[in-house]
Amino acid sequence: MTVVLLALAGGIGAAVRFVVDGLIRQRIKTALPWGTILINVTGSFALGFLAGLVMRGQAPESVILVLGTGFLGGYTTFSTASLETIRLIQSGRTGLALINGVGSMAASVVSAGAGMGLSLLLP
Amino acid sequence: MTATEAKRPIHLHWGFIGLVAAGGVFGALARYGLGQVILAPDAWPLPTLVINLSGALALGAMLEGLSRRGPDAGTRRVLRLALGTGFLGAYTTYSTLALDAVHLFSAGAAAGAAGYLAASLIGGAAFTTAGIWLAAWQHRRVTGLQP
Repeated sequence: MTVVLLALAGGIGAAVRFVVDGLIRQRIKTALPWGTILINVTGSFALGFLAGLVMRGQAPESVILVLGTGFLGGYTTFSTASLETIRLIQSGRTGLALINGVGSMAASVVSAGAGMGLSLLLP
Repeated sequence: MTATEAKRPIHLHWGFIGLVAAGGVFGALARYGLGQVILAPDAWPLPTLVINLSGALALGAMLEGLSRRGPDAGTRRVLRLALGTGFLGAYTTYSTLALDAVHLFSAGAAAGAAGYLAASLIGGAAFTTAGIWLAAWQHRRVTGLQP
């Protein structure tokens, strides 16, 4: 049952990513793919937060599976992030490609850490 | 399709959103399944790395292959949204990658974390490029055309 919910949550996560990315693309027209960056950074923060709750024993393991592995796993994406970095390199924007690759990775890891820290600090 | 529907961007079309969601269901399932069978040596997150790099290869190949066959419309758009944005988008993940790194760092395995992040970043770029090359090579082989 948990696996079915995980899969459905993954589908919803992917759909939310598609809509959010489209809405951000419409509004922020820059070479840097802000849609994917913001999606991955916010999703990493949320997963860190969830993991912290589970570590505190305030959320069951199944929450991590459905909301974490399912929804947030489907919401965030690695393949598109890599592709967008390569597209920047192909168009001669090596500096932006580096910012996109290294910057969004650093920001996502820091966000996951901050999310976990926040849920562990909550009263 | 009415005139207003035709003008609406694709990310606000229920049909296209549904395609992405359907692909995403199977992508998340495939990621979960592989995560269960691939071993994580010394708690090093090999499953996520294998999943992300294979997905990067597949997305590079698929998008290059589709774009070489014609504009993003009709069946090509359906395939791009269901298999690319939906399936491969949900199959690969960034949040787990970030959390894996946090776990490694907080366990004192800074070198392991740095290696994992570097392998993901450089590997992702390499596998995406390899996918693009493979699709371009295949396209030239089939059509007999020069690039």
